Amino acid sequence: MNQPTSVPAADRALDTAVATLLAPTGLGLDDLDAGLGHALGAGIDFADLYLQRSWHESWVLEDGEVKEAGYNIDGGVGVRAMTGEKTGFAYSNQITAEALAETGQTASGIARSGARLSPQAVAVPSHPARYGAEDPLAGLSAEEKIALLKEADRIARAADPSVSQVSASLTGLYEVVLVRASDGTLAADLRPLVRFNVSVIAIRNGRRERGSAGGGGRYPMARLRDEGVAERYAKEAVRQALVNLEAVDAPAGQLPVVLGPGWPGILLHEAVGHGLEGDFNRKGSSAFAGRLGERVAAPGVTVVDDATLADRRGSLTIDDEGTRGQYTPLIEDGILTGYMQDKLNARLMGMAPTGNARRESYAHMPMPRMTNTYMLAGQDDPADILGSVKRGIYAVSFGGGQVDITSGKFVFSASEAYLIEDGRITAPVKGATLIGNGPEAMGRVSMIGHDLELDTGVGVCGKEGQGVPVGVGQPTLKLDELTVGGTQS
Amino acid sequence: MTQAFDAAAQQALLESRVAAALAQAKRLGADACEVGASVDQGIGVSVRLGEVESVELSRDQGFAVTVYVGSRKGSASSSDTGEASVSAAVEKALAIARHTGEDPAAGLAPAELMARELPDLEVHHPWALTTDAAIDLALACEAAGRGVEGISNSDGASLSSGEGVRVYGNSHGFLGSQRGSRHSLSCMLIAEDAQGMQRDYDYSSVRDPRQLRSAEAVGASAAERTLRRLGARRPATGRFPVLFDPTQAAGLVGHFLGAIAGGALYRQASFLCDRLGEPLFPEWFSLVERPLERGAMASAPFDNDGVYTRDNTFIDSGRLASYMLSAYSARRLGMESTGNAGGARNVRLQAPLASREALLRQMGRGVLVTELMGQGVNGVTGDYSRGAAGFWVENGEIQYPVEEFTIAGNLGQMFANLAGVGEDIDTRGSIHTGSWLIDDMTIAGS
Repeated sequence: MNQPTSVPAADRALDTAVATLLAPTGLGLDDLDAGLGHALGAGIDFADLYLQRSWHESWVLEDGEVKEAGYNIDGGVGVRAMTGEKTGFAYSNQITAEALAETGQTASGIARSGARLSPQAVAVPSHPARYGAEDPLAGLSAEEKIALLKEADRIARAADPSVSQVSASLTGLYEVVLVRASDGTLAADLRPLVRFNVSVIAIRNGRRERGSAGGGGRYPMARLRDEGVAERYAKEAVRQALVNLEAVDAPAGQLPVVLGPGWPGILLHEAVGHGLEGDFNRKGSSAFAGRLGERVAAPGVTVVDDATLADRRGSLTIDDEGTRGQYTPLIEDGILTGYMQDKLNARLMGMAPTGNARRESYAHMPMPRMTNTYMLAGQDDPADILGSVKRGIYAVSFGGGQVDITSGKFVFSASEAYLIEDGRITAPVKGATLIGNGPEAMGRVSMIGHDLELDTGVGVCGKEGQGVPVGVGQPTLKLDELTVGGTQS
Repeated sequence: MTQAFDAAAQQALLESRVAAALAQAKRLGADACEVGASVDQGIGVSVRLGEVESVELSRDQGFAVTVYVGSRKGSASSSDTGEASVSAAVEKALAIARHTGEDPAAGLAPAELMARELPDLEVHHPWALTTDAAIDLALACEAAGRGVEGISNSDGASLSSGEGVRVYGNSHGFLGSQRGSRHSLSCMLIAEDAQGMQRDYDYSSVRDPRQLRSAEAVGASAAERTLRRLGARRPATGRFPVLFDPTQAAGLVGHFLGAIAGGALYRQASFLCDRLGEPLFPEWFSLVERPLERGAMASAPFDNDGVYTRDNTFIDSGRLASYMLSAYSARRLGMESTGNAGGARNVRLQAPLASREALLRQMGRGVLVTELMGQGVNGVTGDYSRGAAGFWVENGEIQYPVEEFTIAGNLGQMFANLAGVGEDIDTRGSIHTGSWLIDDMTIAGS
């Protein structure tokens, strides 16, 4: 369960981070100040240290047996030194005084001359914790983890005779993070992340289809068991595969599209979210650049990025620069009201950081990224939304998406979709890619359901080669027209 | 800000760690063990609008051990190749192997398949590049692009240069090492007209820095690619032939390779299950693998199982001649490893090649695709539906840019409908191919 909001939570995170990251090599917080001193070379106006250690565990079931299991330990320190818009970056997989000195001096080589600044006095703010601090890997024994996977296998195979292959996986990650920056930041975070997935192949009359389902969040593995995920996702994966066994070719062309609630919110992630990241807007490379205060979506459309949701996959107590995770309105009633910022881009744009600085690891530079991005609920009944469509597509699950933030073109590919004919859902159709232009598509949102849902906790967002966990969500939505990439023209 | 990389010393260090891990695993009761270790070091600089944006010094290490106890398996890995960390990984892998289930197919590749000769494939070409020189190259690249009339903004230019060592050993006594290098230069630019902004990029990626395209050429080409996208329209919905440019054609080869990979086959997750020997492509088309080609992007004398690599023929005169198997997937399928643990290395095609102009004439009316977006490829069914951008072609000539449309079909049908291959071979990646002309796909646009 989530910890109550408290100052002690922040203190405990810091104590744990010091014990985990610094104590093993005999370091203390003073040594971080010394390390920061190396990074604050001549001409450097901002520097930060990001220390991290992570434990990752995965269990994979195939053919009814857990044949594969792996364990990974990673950790180190990443050091940035900045002067104006320039960043020097170096990292080491050792957290030692020598490594701090070497990486600090290397990073600060970005500037050659100028004044030497001293780090500001440390201020440890109290951040409300958005998830529990327990090591999520510790709650279940190896036997219990294996039993959970075998349960999913048994249930999926029993669900339908056409199920020929079942694979299931259970993964857990525990990260300890400590940030020290020259602006006085000292912040720590303990981040659990677990996930359970089931994928099946169903074969009938020589036709072969896949179905998959999964979910998780920032909580202990034991909660996955307690919430019955093995049964839920096994049944859901089989259901999806069986639907796809019946699917007919999708139409090609421009059609009204109704998106189901929850995971289809990756529409927002692609069509809107990336284009509102601070770096792209500072550089003027986003289709949304310079449009603050303008209408970029239909009335009624309100989109937020929200790191504060309890225990969600994309939630952050603090971001990877030590800024508190926040609730950031991006579009309010169709008007563009905010960007997602890290410290660098916020400073250069004269705005405030929004707690969206994220990095894959200590070995990657942070940049503005989404956390949980979703559209708020509207007034419409989902049945009325479907009923309003003469001929169109109802898409309820997606494989993934991509956006060109400069032209605004986005795509996302359906993994479960249906034809709508005369207001009723009829035949399932094969996965089709939907393509549109972000601002245009947002302008064509004509009905918004009252059924806001968040996804089950499976999203990974990629940007410049760095992957981070994210959440998405939305209510049932109607877009009056979107290009559907089927084969039936 | 340069840092020396002593490849020989790094190799010796990793080899000793791998040997120590193998010995420790044996001592602690493992019946078999395999260990991989790697270290990569490099520099990356990015510039934008004529100023340095970032300088990054990278040094990545990795270590992974897999132990077998009877037919049970356990794995552990770490980014730390220090002695203590390696030892802890071995113990953790053994602990895991006490819990995993029996897998009759688990284990090392057969000893007789271990690579015996480890020739130098000339893929290690270090570049003594200072930070300042790297910055100058990136600046020159971006400046060449921004100097072209019509370019209004820049996403910047980047230069990265790195080298590394990978070592793999197993309890058959096999211990193989390979050094390698990679250098790349890229530039992404933006142009704008009344309709909005467009961006595009170009890059050069090589093993040997002497083969890197000039900074000016990369920048100018990025500018040309960006400008030609301005004024894009949406094509009409309908059935048309599609010409995939070499980069996108390499993607199609990638989808084919994914479908003949052992892991997809034994999981029944491929539309090419049980198709060995059947015609998939036209008779004039063959697809081969040349892992021992000197200096090529993916050359290696041994695969990720330690198995010797060999020239493979995946498509022989149109027919599916071989799957792509590791030791494990081969055992699952009752076959022999093809030396493809870790994938295909240097894929080449054998076909009559036509000029771009000839292919456009052959196509007549259709679309030339230069960019694909999204993940709309279903390897289980072969269903294919992706977002695209490119150029509309009438009477065998390019007319205007097109965007915001999809192309759709089924990979099996698309392979059968391959109507021509271009001589415009792109050699930057592991897959070398020219353009592909594929008849009869569905375009969804306006």
